[in-house]
Amino acid sequence: MEIDRQTVDYVAKLARLYLDDKAMEDLREDLSQIVGYVTKLQELDTEDVEQTAHVLPLKNAFREDMVRQSMDRDRVLSNTDYKKDGFFEVPKVFD
Amino acid sequence: MEFEAVIGLEVHAELLTESKIFCSCTTEFGGEPNTHCCPVCLGLPGTLPVLNKKAVEYAIRAGLALNCNIARFSKMDRKNYFYPDLPKAYQISQYDLPLCRDGYVEIETEDGIKKIGIIRVHLEEDAGKLIHEENGGSSLVDYNRTGVPLIEIVSYPDMRTPEEARLYLTKLKSILEYTEVSDCKMQEGSLRVDTNISVRPVGSDTFGTKVELKNLNSFRAVYKALEYEFKRQAEAIKNGEEITQETRRWDENKGITISMRSKEEAHDYRYFPEPDIVPIVVGDEWIEEIRSNIPELPHQKKERFIKDLGLPAYDAGVITADKALSDFFEKCVELYDNPKTISNWVMGEILRGMKEAEIEASSLPISPEQLVMLQKMVDAGTISISIGKKVFDTMLKTGKNPNDIVEEEGLAQISDEGSLRSTVLKVIENNPKSVEDFLGGKEKAMGFLIGQVMKETKGKANPQMINEIMKEELSKLSKN
Ligand SMILES: [Zn+2]
Repeated sequence: MEIDRQTVDYVAKLARLYLDDKAMEDLREDLSQIVGYVTKLQELDTEDVEQTAHVLPLKNAFREDMVRQSMDRDRVLSNTDYKKDGFFEVPKVFD
Repeated sequence: MEFEAVIGLEVHAELLTESKIFCSCTTEFGGEPNTHCCPVCLGLPGTLPVLNKKAVEYAIRAGLALNCNIARFSKMDRKNYFYPDLPKAYQISQYDLPLCRDGYVEIETEDGIKKIGIIRVHLEEDAGKLIHEENGGSSLVDYNRTGVPLIEIVSYPDMRTPEEARLYLTKLKSILEYTEVSDCKMQEGSLRVDTNISVRPVGSDTFGTKVELKNLNSFRAVYKALEYEFKRQAEAIKNGEEITQETRRWDENKGITISMRSKEEAHDYRYFPEPDIVPIVVGDEWIEEIRSNIPELPHQKKERFIKDLGLPAYDAGVITADKALSDFFEKCVELYDNPKTISNWVMGEILRGMKEAEIEASSLPISPEQLVMLQKMVDAGTISISIGKKVFDTMLKTGKNPNDIVEEEGLAQISDEGSLRSTVLKVIENNPKSVEDFLGGKEKAMGFLIGQVMKETKGKANPQMINEIMKEELSKLSKN
């Protein structure tokens, strides 16, 4: 399965990855192999197999609607250097 | 060539759970920024979201009230995109197996009842709030709203006019309020509306190019934006121009829509089944339990108001269309057992007052107790109904009790016979021409004379009493 460079560029862009030409080319080869390997599964007849929604044989794992104490704001903001007046501060975005 | 609009609506409504959809942080509106947060809703690595059962129940309740089929098997999916209001860089939503499908709501148009189809109702989590700073190059993020449960309600493009869109939204809002699934406060963002519109020649059954509209902060804005966009597209088609498929932003101040070029890049959300949440399986028993807990819906309440309270169908329809207004009405009727009298106040003074002050029924400064107090003062003859309406206006402005207003402004009805008789005599003396007219057979002249007494007493005279006294005094004159 050959993945073309355009597809790699597109996927990288969606993932906000900025890599040099060499790395992109390496990725293209890796992805071709990985997708090629997975494509083998397409050969299976899945006509009567139900679609997998989850790998665990579980359903309805719920919690009750109960409020508990949230975190201290100091701790919420402790992992960033970019904060202002209790907010996270990010580069300006426009709608 | 005549054109018609093809309009679809996407409505997001925050659910009225106490806690967030995947963690135990509060869903309370507001609060200091980033104080309703925990490792789960901040998307910190190593955390595991657990689905709030109530959120699922509310979504199903909304689906049932919107006549949807409830999926027996449903799952959450991961929608991937980067935006600073989304700390995980994905939103947990539903893609191909939404909780509810294929519903409808009925709207009452001028041409009768019309069904507006609903494609789906799905469950998802809300994002945070971004504040764009006026100066400087940064935006500020508050994650308090992140993880508040939402339903997204997607309609079929069944609406043909901005008015139909307005009717659909009004009906939808009232259903969500009645079922107590959402408080639908647009000003707090708990109800948000996006719409799409295309234009085609009347009678055509193909669709034109669709334009999406954003930044609609009120039902009025939705109506205005659709009205504007319909004209813009129809004009463009007449001039042989091509409609661009795009998202446009409603500019409230200028009253126009503006292209948002930045959004033209096609989205690719790479949905996949959410590995952190296991599937939702809904059995008949659970559905019936949820169904049995649905509070009375607007059309059921309307029927009850007509049948049990004897309201005219029109009044019942207007009052029940607005949950807060019908709550107000019912509270009044509980305190004062004459629904028609209360309905007259609501249909008349209250609706007028709400319109003039541009307020919602939920923020009326008058309580049911106060309105009933006012009506009882009218019943007791302390004030006339016309003075009652004046007192009502003051109550609306000040929130004061009616008895205080009547006392402060000296509005109590004059029922003192001696004082009324002397005013009547004074009016008779000052208006010999009208008296002569009356005695000459012009019945109408009496109305004028009574009007003069009212004027003298600033409207405070007891109308029945002046009527009687006036008749008495005039008949004395005619005998002479
Ligand atoms: Zn949380």
